[in-house]
Amino acid sequence: MNGSHKAIFVEAGVLLIAALLPFALQALGEEFYIGFATRLLIFALAATSLNFIVGYGGMVAFGHAAFFGGGAYVVAFLMQAGIVSAWIAWPLAILAAVVAAVGIGAISLRTRGVYFIMITLAFAQMIYYSIISLQSAGGDDGLPLEQRSTLAPFDLTSDTTLYWVALATLVACLLALKRLANSRYGRALAGLRQNEQRMEALGYPVDRLKLVCFVIGAGIAGLAGALFANQNGLASPTQLYWTQSGMLLVMVILGGVGQRYGGVLGAIALLGLEEALGLMTEYAHLAIGFALLAVVLFAPNGLAGLAGLVGRRRG
Amino acid sequence: MTQLVLEQLLNGLQFGLMLFLIASGLTLVFGIMDMINLSHGSLYMGGAYLGAAAAQASGSFVTGLLAAMLGMAVIGIVLELLLLRRLYLRDHLAQVLATFALILIANDLVRMIWGPQPLLLNPPEALAGPVELAGFSYPAYRLLIIGVGLLVALFLYILVSHTRIGMWVRAGAANRPMAEALGVDVRWLFTGLFALGAALAAAAGTLLGPLLAVQVGMGESILILAFVVIVIGGIGSIRGALVGALLVGIVDTLGRALLPTLLRAVSSPEVAGHLGPALASIMIYLLMAAILFWRPQGLFPARA
Amino acid sequence: MSTVLEIAGLKRHFGGLWATNGVDLCIERGDIHALIGPNGAGKTTLIHLISGALRPDEGRIVFAGADIAHHDMHERVAQGITRSYQITQIFPQLPVLENLRLAVQSRRRDWGSSFRMCRPASADFRMIEEAEEWLGRVGLAEAAGQFAADLAHGQQRALELAMALATRPQLLLLDEPMAGMGPEESAHMAALIASLKSEQTVLLVEHDMDIVFRLADRISVLVAGRVIVSDTPDVVRNHAEVRRAYLGDEIR
Repeated sequence: MNGSHKAIFVEAGVLLIAALLPFALQALGEEFYIGFATRLLIFALAATSLNFIVGYGGMVAFGHAAFFGGGAYVVAFLMQAGIVSAWIAWPLAILAAVVAAVGIGAISLRTRGVYFIMITLAFAQMIYYSIISLQSAGGDDGLPLEQRSTLAPFDLTSDTTLYWVALATLVACLLALKRLANSRYGRALAGLRQNEQRMEALGYPVDRLKLVCFVIGAGIAGLAGALFANQNGLASPTQLYWTQSGMLLVMVILGGVGQRYGGVLGAIALLGLEEALGLMTEYAHLAIGFALLAVVLFAPNGLAGLAGLVGRRRG
Repeated sequence: MTQLVLEQLLNGLQFGLMLFLIASGLTLVFGIMDMINLSHGSLYMGGAYLGAAAAQASGSFVTGLLAAMLGMAVIGIVLELLLLRRLYLRDHLAQVLATFALILIANDLVRMIWGPQPLLLNPPEALAGPVELAGFSYPAYRLLIIGVGLLVALFLYILVSHTRIGMWVRAGAANRPMAEALGVDVRWLFTGLFALGAALAAAAGTLLGPLLAVQVGMGESILILAFVVIVIGGIGSIRGALVGALLVGIVDTLGRALLPTLLRAVSSPEVAGHLGPALASIMIYLLMAAILFWRPQGLFPARA
Repeated sequence: MSTVLEIAGLKRHFGGLWATNGVDLCIERGDIHALIGPNGAGKTTLIHLISGALRPDEGRIVFAGADIAHHDMHERVAQGITRSYQITQIFPQLPVLENLRLAVQSRRRDWGSSFRMCRPASADFRMIEEAEEWLGRVGLAEAAGQFAADLAHGQQRALELAMALATRPQLLLLDEPMAGMGPEESAHMAALIASLKSEQTVLLVEHDMDIVFRLADRISVLVAGRVIVSDTPDVVRNHAEVRRAYLGDEIR
């Protein structure tokens, strides 16, 4: 059995456990944790989408909350307008994120390095302040959803179904990104990450390649936001604020930048730690802060690096 | 109307000068070490809490202010020596992760020590009332802040442009390897700078304490404003930080006060009511995006 | 013979310095055209201007009948101008073969756009075969599976040359291809460039006069941002102004 076969068995095993998790939680009488597990999956999806931009596209974007939180608000707005169907609302959430990302990306990609970080941050803050100053968006309180989206033939009022939908979405995105990584476009991104100048000199339209990457990541984040609004029952300004962008970025770095499962690992580790420590102490973030410092100082490739999931990497 | 504009201009100047106190330390760290320090807002918050606590304990606002500056300078030195020093040569992502962790730690530490309720910080008794200024009354305390802000700006200007330390700082911001080759021990210079930046952030925290709430999370919103300031001004430039801070302070304050009124003059009240507040709150970000679009290095680039 | 590239009145300044100060230059198809001149004469700036890394302040760069002075670099590559760099520019953490495959992928848009996201790139054997051919051509067939970073310096330069060639340029710009090489590696590179003679148009910036006079069909001398002479090696060798301005005793 070679390495890649082994990896497929591990992946299938993890997927099986994840799919059966609701039954286990029901058997244990811990249904509450189905909601928490759904949250993990949704943030795993959001972090994966950011990891695509940061790790595959090499762009340190510090405004991902705009697309994630924006997706949530689109679903809430549409529900206010009477559009309940997920088949309409969720694609529109993706579309809104994509349109916003085309504009933000086209301007931001004119800058490099820290200026790119700062300008993406500024755009996200603009969206944050625009939305909280809208009375129809509920201001600081956010916009509650009267009900979950309907996703016929599935019944999203069931927490378990929502969990499976989130799981299916995450798996579909991971598979799609895996396939993309090996495509012509994925290979071009790999080249871009290593040597932008050489890619330009080989005739690649570097800015367009990066913009497409930025937009794909944003679209997935919009979908994650749509799911989150349903899980949370509320589109809240918290999801738009820069600290949310920071948290997503922390998940990516924690999990492993550019590693296929970096976003997933980071989201599960961070939120899992938060939940577990929250049971023990009022000051969970204190401990998480020190844990993150330990990761920075002692595990530069993130958790994926610690778990030996990193392929050959050279300094 | 003129009076309103004048009053808001003074408010903007005051806010801008406080932003300058915060941004000056941040821009030097950013410019010289190419280091993104998200925890700078936590120094500001820590300063506000220390100042409020010391002022309550001693009954003197000035004691509180000095205690906050000294305390945060010491904390800054410890942080720099133990942690930040290890991050200068790492990539921006590692810096983001580590300094974001510091925010989490700082917020919980403050909650642990002082509890979740906001602290109350009163301005010095003598300055609690208003003063008469050319036809209108203005809070004396705000005038004091303006005065202190101008003094600090002057002090930093002399320090950076007329002293040997300032020469090293400018050399370091423009070209660090070159400065090192000239025999500047950038490491100790930087520890000192970081302590100074922490003390100035703490001063801003304490001075703004009576005007804004001293509470957990206050550092996060001000941090982003400080970033906007230094990006507009040009990363690493003290002069840029001053100009950027005044621009942001005045545009933000005037925008919030006047924009809804102005919009009402040119559009329907309903549109103005919706658009005014939204536009006012994103003005500075629009300003920053526009400046980056036309001058990607900011107004006063420190590096040629 | 036909003209591949025609430059007229090209100017570019940095602050107060005119690095390119009215350059006129013609490059004929099939020539190895060397560009020489003292340090600071503006050779690399000119390469930047022709390749699209910099935009001129004034003047025309006419390539295949169109003025391309303000086209993006990647557009110029598609039109047929590819460059190499003084400092090696490769993908160090990709296999040698993948370095070349990316070059082939860029050129062969007819085999599939670089925005295709579904089909695995490795499924297209044509790209791999062509990449392997180029590797063989520069003597790197054995190293196909290695990471580019593990190659010796001379091999990395050869790899970069192969990547540039794989874009099938009508005009190849080589900016000091022998930079940092030992005598043996230099000789190998010179032989590679010589093997291009008559089939590939090359604009070559090089300091080693022996190599320049051995390889070049034509030589242009750049002094203070201007071409003072552009002619055959024999004429340039005996040109009084060239001797005075630049070459001095270097040519015996």
